Amino acid sequence: MSEEVDQSKRRFLVGMTAATGAVGAAAIAVPFVKSMLPSARAQAAGASVEYDISKLQPGELITVKWRKKPVWILKRTDQNLADLASLEAKLTDSTSDGSKQPDYAKNEHRSRAENKNLLVMVGICTHLGCSPKHFPDLAPAGFEEGWVGGFYCPCHGSTFDLAGRVYKGAPAPSNLEIPKFKFLNETTILVGDDSEGTA
Amino acid sequence: MKKKLITCLLLCLPLFAHAAGDVHLEKADINLENKSSLRHGAKLFVNYCLSCHSASMMRYSRVGQGLGLTDDQVLDNLMFVANFDFDKLEEGEAKKIGELMTVALRKEDGEKYFGTPVPDLTLTARAKGADWLYTYLTTFYVDSKRPFGVNNTTFSNVGMPHVLWELDGLKDRVPKKDADGKVMKDKDGHEIMELVRITEGTMSDAEYKRAVTDLVNFMVYMAEPIQLERQRTGIFVMFFLIILFLLAYMLKKEYWKDVH
Amino acid sequence: MNMMMALLGWVDDRFPLTKLWKEHLSEYYAPKNFNFWYYFGSLALLVLVIQIVSGIFLTIHYKPDASLDASGIPEAFKSVEYIMRDVEWGWFIRYMHSTGASAFFIVVYLHMFRGLIYGSYRKPRELIWIFGVFIYLALMAEGFFGYLLPWGQMSYWGAQVIVNLFAAVPFGIGEPLSEWIRGDFVISDATLNRFFAFHVIAVPLVLIMLIAAHIMALHEVGSGNPDGIEIKKNKGPDGIPLDGIPFHPYYTVKDILGVVVFLIGFFAVVFFAPTMFGYFIEVPNFEPANPLKTPDHIAPVWYYTPFYAMLRAVPPMFGSQFPGVIVMGAAIVVLFFLPWIDRSPVKSIRYKDLRTKLALAGFVVSFIWLGYLGVVSASPVKTMIAQCATLVYFGYFLYMPYYSRTEITSSMFRAPLVALYSIVTLGIIWYWWAGEVSAEITAVISLFTLAYTTYFLILPAYVVPAVVKPVPERVTK
Repeated sequence: MSEEVDQSKRRFLVGMTAATGAVGAAAIAVPFVKSMLPSARAQAAGASVEYDISKLQPGELITVKWRKKPVWILKRTDQNLADLASLEAKLTDSTSDGSKQPDYAKNEHRSRAENKNLLVMVGICTHLGCSPKHFPDLAPAGFEEGWVGGFYCPCHGSTFDLAGRVYKGAPAPSNLEIPKFKFLNETTILVGDDSEGTA
Repeated sequence: MKKKLITCLLLCLPLFAHAAGDVHLEKADINLENKSSLRHGAKLFVNYCLSCHSASMMRYSRVGQGLGLTDDQVLDNLMFVANFDFDKLEEGEAKKIGELMTVALRKEDGEKYFGTPVPDLTLTARAKGADWLYTYLTTFYVDSKRPFGVNNTTFSNVGMPHVLWELDGLKDRVPKKDADGKVMKDKDGHEIMELVRITEGTMSDAEYKRAVTDLVNFMVYMAEPIQLERQRTGIFVMFFLIILFLLAYMLKKEYWKDVH
Repeated sequence: MNMMMALLGWVDDRFPLTKLWKEHLSEYYAPKNFNFWYYFGSLALLVLVIQIVSGIFLTIHYKPDASLDASGIPEAFKSVEYIMRDVEWGWFIRYMHSTGASAFFIVVYLHMFRGLIYGSYRKPRELIWIFGVFIYLALMAEGFFGYLLPWGQMSYWGAQVIVNLFAAVPFGIGEPLSEWIRGDFVISDATLNRFFAFHVIAVPLVLIMLIAAHIMALHEVGSGNPDGIEIKKNKGPDGIPLDGIPFHPYYTVKDILGVVVFLIGFFAVVFFAPTMFGYFIEVPNFEPANPLKTPDHIAPVWYYTPFYAMLRAVPPMFGSQFPGVIVMGAAIVVLFFLPWIDRSPVKSIRYKDLRTKLALAGFVVSFIWLGYLGVVSASPVKTMIAQCATLVYFGYFLYMPYYSRTEITSSMFRAPLVALYSIVTLGIIWYWWAGEVSAEITAVISLFTLAYTTYFLILPAYVVPAVVKPVPERVTK
């Protein structure tokens, strides 16, 4: 131990090596963390879904699968739309301020302006994730007066109107979710994608 | 249906149990940076191979990524209805870019038509090697004893027809002769055979070899799509580790001054 | 700072944190003369961590399922390709794991070789060595179970061959035993599922416990060194060995350097040659398992091939492959006895004589030859070389009591054992001459074997004992 130990040099080298090592450790953590993201398979399964709406009858609801979730496509009648306006007092969130939807669907009919009648909606109750049932005319039990059609969740009895807006007194906290969608042309819609430009 | 399948130009290899070995292999000129070669290869692959063989672990979107194509280009140019298994579509689902390169031909039917299961081609370039694939696709010859009228010097009694014959033409396997017209023999006294083209295809010999190279190039990409990115990442990692090495070396030297 | 000290004090009152730190790092005194060969212990620990972490992330995506999908691809095989293609950075994690498997064996083989040359197995470190051999065994089992999981052709047929070794056990035990291991009459989904369980939890648990025991035993007696001197025999007035330095910081900074050098090699393989030309990931494994078609040439992964070559080298006897299995097993079991068959008064190769060095060289060369012969397909000449190499491999251990001893003793076992070894050797030579290999080659190999036996067994047992150099008091640089 003859030479003087240069403590500052040691501190510097320890610091540098530790810092570089830490950068390396952080860098190697990235692949491991990222490997848990949705894979290409999950993304392919979750890609947008095309549907031909030309054969959809007024009042008819069909279910398509998008990201493994049921998505309803419902062609509402003009009468249905007219009914919506009369329901406001009975709803928790009639203006959809506390609900999830793209901006173009944040309106009374919760749909795109170019085709107000067509409702595209994720069929998962905002309460605990059951899939509500469509009741176009017959009122579900315990909700008889003035039923103008809507949805009823069998799990905890939440009710929604034909724009997916939740009725007061239901356990569900907010309206049903509207996914991103767009019209590719007059008769085809694309669920899950609303980007402008190429289809 | 059967006739269609016979003419259906399926490329590449069926079940290859006892291939390779002592067969001389030509060198395939593989270059994954050559995007136009990869694109041409992909085109050949979906047109000639994918009618019978699947590449069921490869996604169309991945083809686009490696070949520098947009999703729309892939959808329009490489995804054919014929290759698509509509039974697997569920209600409301459409052809999607993230789809796997499956094949409409069912497994059992393939086995019935060709007498052997039609192998999946996703990993063939890694299992058999690019050189083997290249040589195999250039060594079909006419053999009336075989069900499809062709045989292969690289893979004898192969179950696959020569799907590229329109491009390649047909070759015959004949004894090789020297300049004096004498049949050449190897050191064991066996005749040396060579392949001679008897019917011209739509491509010249050089064009055909180029086409097969492109096809094999694509198959090499498909077998490991990450290859180029892997090597690029590796260079950064090496660079980083060398810096860390210098620091660690100085650190060790500094502390070990104490030890005598 | 005071807060930190207070927190540390709080912990120390409840858990021996500072005590552990001192015992195993800052006040663990290691000899100051460690050389290159002493890096591999800490590197083995590093590879263990790499394998566990990458393994956990692979388990997140892997499916142990042998059923076929619509394209005829087994789900397990497909899930590996799913990791390689669809999972972000999945290829990197998988290549780390496959490269790590081979790296583990490289590092462990070098670590064991260090033990051989510097006598790390000698008293008082016998238990460290025995735990180590158990670790090696567990590692082989771990590698074997893991190799089935990708469910490629080599996975399938490799497992088929190895499980069938158990079927060679005589007395009617073999067949039911192999069925019990597989859970089926062939390698199947049932086998894949149980091998998955063994690979991801059963064997790793055993491995970690053994490694803990290995290190605890080491830190109890203290590290050996290339001179084979016990540093605890020369303590200063403060009770610290004069030739010892605290593990931390000196060996931590040194091992960090070793780790970085190792990682350069490791990542060079991961990024630039992940299959290592078919040695780390064998080419037939890019084809899904096909129970109806054996690949042309089956070879285990490189780290098993020395033992596989021994298995093939032993001809079937009494209509059974069992003797080969016995020899293969004995090749590992014999390692356990090493601490007691080495009779040299010195530990380190530095102070042993030429004959001992040659015996070790012969052992290493035979091991490498066997490794090579296990990779290539067999032929009569190669089988003869493998048999000769097997003799040399065992000779290193069995003749060690004679060539390592510095005096000729009149042990009651000496004469009968030497006679037995000699008769076995002569019997094998006789067997060679009855074979189909040309007389020239047979003569060369027979002469070599006779010379080997004479030099390492007969002469040291009766005529020339070992000579050792004097060992210095203190460690040398």
